[in-house]
Amino acid sequence: MELTRRDAVAALSALGLGGTLAGCVAPPGSEPVDVEGLRETLVAAAEVVYPSEVSGIEPFVAAFFEGRLADRDHVAGLEAAVAELDGNAGVWFDEEFAALSVADREQVLRNVGADEADEDPSGTASERVRYYVVNDLLLALYASPTGGELVGLENPQGHAGGIGSYQRGPNA
Amino acid sequence: MSWERPPAGSAAPAADTDADRTPVPDADVCVIGAGPAGGIVADRLAAAGREVVLLEAGPRFDPDDRLARQERAIRPAYDRPDVWDADPERDAYESSGERFYPLNHARARGIGGSTLHWQGMVMRLHEDDFASESVRGVGADWPIDYDDLRPYYAAAERELGVAGAADNPFAPPREQPHPMPAFPPSYSDSLFAAACDELEIAMHSVPNARNSEAYDDRSACVGYGTCQPVCPSGAKYDATVHVERAERRGTTVIDRAPVQRLVHGPDAIEAAVYATPDGQRHRQSADAFVIACGGVETPRLLLLSESSHYPDGLANSSGLVGRYFMDHLFAGTGGVLDEPTRQNHVGFLTSESHQFYDEADAEQAPFKLEFFNYDGPSPVGMALSSDGADWGDDLLAELRSAYGTHIGMGGLVEQLPREDSYVGLDHSTTDDHGNPVPDIHWTVGDRALETIERVNEIQEEILAELGTEITWQVGPEGTGPAYHHMGTTRMGSDPAESVVGPDLRTHDLENCWIASSSVFPTGGAMNPTLTIAALALKAADHVLEVA
Repeated sequence: MELTRRDAVAALSALGLGGTLAGCVAPPGSEPVDVEGLRETLVAAAEVVYPSEVSGIEPFVAAFFEGRLADRDHVAGLEAAVAELDGNAGVWFDEEFAALSVADREQVLRNVGADEADEDPSGTASERVRYYVVNDLLLALYASPTGGELVGLENPQGHAGGIGSYQRGPNA
Repeated sequence: MSWERPPAGSAAPAADTDADRTPVPDADVCVIGAGPAGGIVADRLAAAGREVVLLEAGPRFDPDDRLARQERAIRPAYDRPDVWDADPERDAYESSGERFYPLNHARARGIGGSTLHWQGMVMRLHEDDFASESVRGVGADWPIDYDDLRPYYAAAERELGVAGAADNPFAPPREQPHPMPAFPPSYSDSLFAAACDELEIAMHSVPNARNSEAYDDRSACVGYGTCQPVCPSGAKYDATVHVERAERRGTTVIDRAPVQRLVHGPDAIEAAVYATPDGQRHRQSADAFVIACGGVETPRLLLLSESSHYPDGLANSSGLVGRYFMDHLFAGTGGVLDEPTRQNHVGFLTSESHQFYDEADAEQAPFKLEFFNYDGPSPVGMALSSDGADWGDDLLAELRSAYGTHIGMGGLVEQLPREDSYVGLDHSTTDDHGNPVPDIHWTVGDRALETIERVNEIQEEILAELGTEITWQVGPEGTGPAYHHMGTTRMGSDPAESVVGPDLRTHDLENCWIASSSVFPTGGAMNPTLTIAALALKAADHVLEVA
């Protein structure tokens, strides 16, 4: 099932950010951010945490990430989480996280404990990776129409999908 | 890109400390508390040309933060009180009763009050609810009856914007249609309907303070699905509507200004002493005062304002300030079907049954039945949990397995007023201003608990007719509050047995009114906010008679 521009807009809306996908790099007045590096890492992580039947991941994640750039504190948390992933990837595989195979990326996520951790933006490294990387991506997906439809729910919580679907039966 | 809508972590109340929070000279009326009661009273009085100042302990929230607060509601990193910035020091409390009372899950503090996080169901109390002692042989009679409040109910429905229909054969008489048409029933309502038809249980629509079409310059509901605790679209009514309208009519609204004491003589309040974020104390004088701080903070403020003349607390000659604390009890049952049930598309209810409500007597409490549209897990919430599958195909398979066939029912049950259920002061703990915190001593009687068993039986019967495999039930042991604080400054005609009279004015003080669910002598089993709004409109009329 392909993630679309509509999904990305919905994800931005659900996450409290904008509704357009016009280009941007960082909030005015903020410190320079390695936007491209962060984007590549999130796309690489999404290829692990999203189900295999999802396509169109790169533009979806890029659009979602563009919205996340609006908040400098959030970006700082993401930078630190990505540094954890790159650090672990360097120790075990001598590469940055985004350069690894999907299987090795998943291993790095498990190495840092993101599989077992509860999300916490100010917690341990495991908890921060879970919050800023894994769960941010899962939230974007499963609060979008396509993510909802994967589960059988056209209007998932967080998406302003109107008041038609709750009235419809499963075969409508 | 819109930079004005930041993500969850940066949503915060305004931190300004240099705003003008000085008292208003020559105020006619000082209203304390900017929830629905205070907002409506301030709006009414300002519309009548009064100089009004509205003091609110909590902050003013930025409406542009609502989507970010929605993210907090979904993400497990945030507890429910985090959504509206509960402050552990400001909001400290004690729960000393036989049942724990989760006060900071049960309220939101700031401009808009608890309507910021409420569900938005707005029913009128039934006629018998106003005469419980006379008709049912238990509880207390109100000093007013349904007919006294009926025009105010109609006005309150217009003020809040209620979507409803005239299809409830058990509802008290009404004079005109609701301001908006009811929301259509859900798919799962249709499943329940077949079972209820077999059992001869009538279903009907739910009056919602939620726009089914554009109303009062607010949009129709767009289906965000997070009504409780936050509606990002503004389609669900909250009291910012009235507070902002009151401001446009000239009311001065001062946020982050918790009232510390009410300075008074033997017969009247002279001033409200409030604190501000810069550490200063101010004294707001007025000709009249309206306390609208809800069922917990209203009695707390009166108890904190003790004096040599009122050693047990202001307006407390009866000794009943804080007594008779009530809430509604939740009863629920649910399970799974072997077919799709289409849950969690929206966050509100579309069908209920009030069929059994007026069977109430001394042994059985009034209760209502609710048919859920959001039983079982929300997939996005479940995806973010660290329990179960981690991610990828395994997670999707788990979500598909968990979502789709849940079905459930709820219900609210009246608890009787009891003197041993109360809000007092805990002098061993103080808040961020050094004041003793509220002590919630919640006690529930046997009538309510036995009625919960009856509710469970009916729920089981309906769900069995549907073919449900029952997987959960909330009965007498596991029941909890519906977050409706009532009864702690009860209304009555006898000053020895009540705190305010039928005109909502305190018996003791000639210039002090209370607009709150705290004046309810009994609670019925209907969600209280429409009655709060109706009483607020009534209180405003009484203030205008003399101020």
